[in-house]
Amino acid sequence: MYTQALDIPQPKGEPKGPRVVENADYQAEFDAKIDAGGFIEAKDWMPEAYRKTLVRQISQHAHSEIVGMLPEGNWITRAPSLKRKAILLAKVQDEGGHGLYLYAAAETLGVSRDELYEALLDGRAKYSSIFNYPTLTWADIGVIGWLVDGAAIMNQIPLCKCSYGPYSRAMVRICKEESFHQRQGYDLLLQMMKGTPEQREMVQDAVNRWWWPSIMMFGPHDKDSQHSETSMRWGIKRISNDDLRQKFVDATVKQAEVLGITLPDPDLKWNEARGHYDFGAIDWEEFWSTVNGHGQCNVDRIAARRKAWEEGAWVREAALEHARKQAAREKVAA
Amino acid sequence: MTQQNIATPEHIEYVLRMGDNALILGQRLSEWCGHAPVLEEDMALANTALDLIGQARLLLTHAGKLEGQGRDEDQLAFLRVERDYRNVTLTELPNEDFGRTVVRNFLFAAFQVLLYQRLATSSDAELAAIAAKSLKEARYHLSHAGEWVIRLGDGTELSHARAQAALDYLWPYTAEFFAANPADDAVAAAGIGPAWASLEPEWEALVVPVLNEATLTVPARTPFRTYGKFGRHSEHMGHLLATMQYMQRTYPGAQW
Amino acid sequence: MERKEWPLWEVFVRSKNGLDHKHCGSVHAPDARLALQVARDVYTRRQEGVSIWVVRASDIVASDPDAKPELFDPAEDKIYRHPTFYTLPDEVNHM
Repeated sequence: MYTQALDIPQPKGEPKGPRVVENADYQAEFDAKIDAGGFIEAKDWMPEAYRKTLVRQISQHAHSEIVGMLPEGNWITRAPSLKRKAILLAKVQDEGGHGLYLYAAAETLGVSRDELYEALLDGRAKYSSIFNYPTLTWADIGVIGWLVDGAAIMNQIPLCKCSYGPYSRAMVRICKEESFHQRQGYDLLLQMMKGTPEQREMVQDAVNRWWWPSIMMFGPHDKDSQHSETSMRWGIKRISNDDLRQKFVDATVKQAEVLGITLPDPDLKWNEARGHYDFGAIDWEEFWSTVNGHGQCNVDRIAARRKAWEEGAWVREAALEHARKQAAREKVAA
Repeated sequence: MTQQNIATPEHIEYVLRMGDNALILGQRLSEWCGHAPVLEEDMALANTALDLIGQARLLLTHAGKLEGQGRDEDQLAFLRVERDYRNVTLTELPNEDFGRTVVRNFLFAAFQVLLYQRLATSSDAELAAIAAKSLKEARYHLSHAGEWVIRLGDGTELSHARAQAALDYLWPYTAEFFAANPADDAVAAAGIGPAWASLEPEWEALVVPVLNEATLTVPARTPFRTYGKFGRHSEHMGHLLATMQYMQRTYPGAQW
Repeated sequence: MERKEWPLWEVFVRSKNGLDHKHCGSVHAPDARLALQVARDVYTRRQEGVSIWVVRASDIVASDPDAKPELFDPAEDKIYRHPTFYTLPDEVNHM
């Protein structure tokens, strides 16, 4: 939208001199607004790089939500009780809703949802690599809620104060709705830990598989993160990857204890001097290979999204055609 | 006098049928989550599925109480053998495409709306209360599915053909809604609920105008009959149960 | 390739009677009736509303952000429009 701001025709009899001010003036105004902790709204001028960064970040976030429906969706039809089935279905549906809110936020930046979606389907766009891991047991559903949603919430809460208004408002709504996601996961695991030895083993196995991918969700170390610095400057990102990761690890250790499981990291221990938990080295090779398409489920996830999209084409077209027919009929009747 | 003392086998059967209808269609619709033609419709289908699962929980819990053998909603939902499920066959058929899914939702919701309306005066107060709550949900399902039947029927040539094919396929299964049986008559006589056979004229009056608006041809009745509500299901039912019962069968007695 | 995207609708929800409808987001829908239904399915899953408006996004006329100074700054010095402008004796200051 902002690209149109410079194209607005100059009204006649403008009292304050030329309305089309220099780009530098706009830039200064934008910088001042950001520095004052203010919000940028959809129709405000913004630097092209800011807009591009936002489109990339918001759409990746949206893609992550809707690809994220698939691993958990894998267990809806097999949920072990009706209560758990309803909870899981509601949660996965929420993720669809979050994708929807985020696409809408991205659309305010002058791109359409379909354009963004096409980029996902043909592999140009990235999404959170966590969803390329398979969900093998029912305990995975609990662990995803506890660890993956836990990590996501930690990432997302600072975004509620993001400098771009539509994104920040979408995040406020999302964080409000997500508050039950982590709790239901933990509750599911607590119940399993009270159960049979088989159930407890299932939980430990799921934690073993999801722990490292979860802490990778915070992204590369700050020194290796290519987008971090400008994003911080622009208030698109408020807390650094490493700080968030540390916060997550610190919060999770206690929760693991209460649950009675072991986090699969022999180097995990309290560091009195730092006032934080130390943890072992992250296998970045695995992280990048999954991001770059070589995770176990990358191909299947995109194939599932593409199948739904292609098989739904006739439905979307039918609705548009019906709307056209209706409009024509109403015109005749009028 | 407790409820289980007054519940007849016909009464229990009647409630189980309603509960199983909601359970099995809810299970089918939940398969759509993450796979619908557009995000907005993904949300809508999940809402319908959640409503149905909610209804199933209430109805199966009630059926368990009427039965008085200590079975809760999950024991009834997950631990019966196929022959003991009482849902109509229509609800267990695979989703196929979005067309068949919305046409089925439409035909079924119309039936549910009428049934739930009539249950407002049921002598079973708990059943009347469940019906009153569920009626609102069913009305929305009917409205939303009806909107889609119209859009697909009166959309493109392709969507019309698919909607008609879905209707042609599903219509014969709707005869089962209204199949007369003595158990129903006993329930009706006890003032618990209407004999399902008595709902047929109203049901047609509800669905035919929408099908007409959708420019779809209403199929003629044929001798085709199904018997899911008496426990004789289609080939699809075993597969649905294998998936749905997987956890409960694999880990007997575990709590989740 | 022709892109066949459903139009965008802005959604306004009244959370309870006595309050204004408030903008809460957008949906894509082929027409007004479905827009209302999907807005209900997307934005009122947690009892957030008692009434919904949907407006085609392309029908909204917005003020020009560049015109902000002439549109909104002139109100800045009309401080006499605010009750706090007037200092009254303590005995009647609740007025």
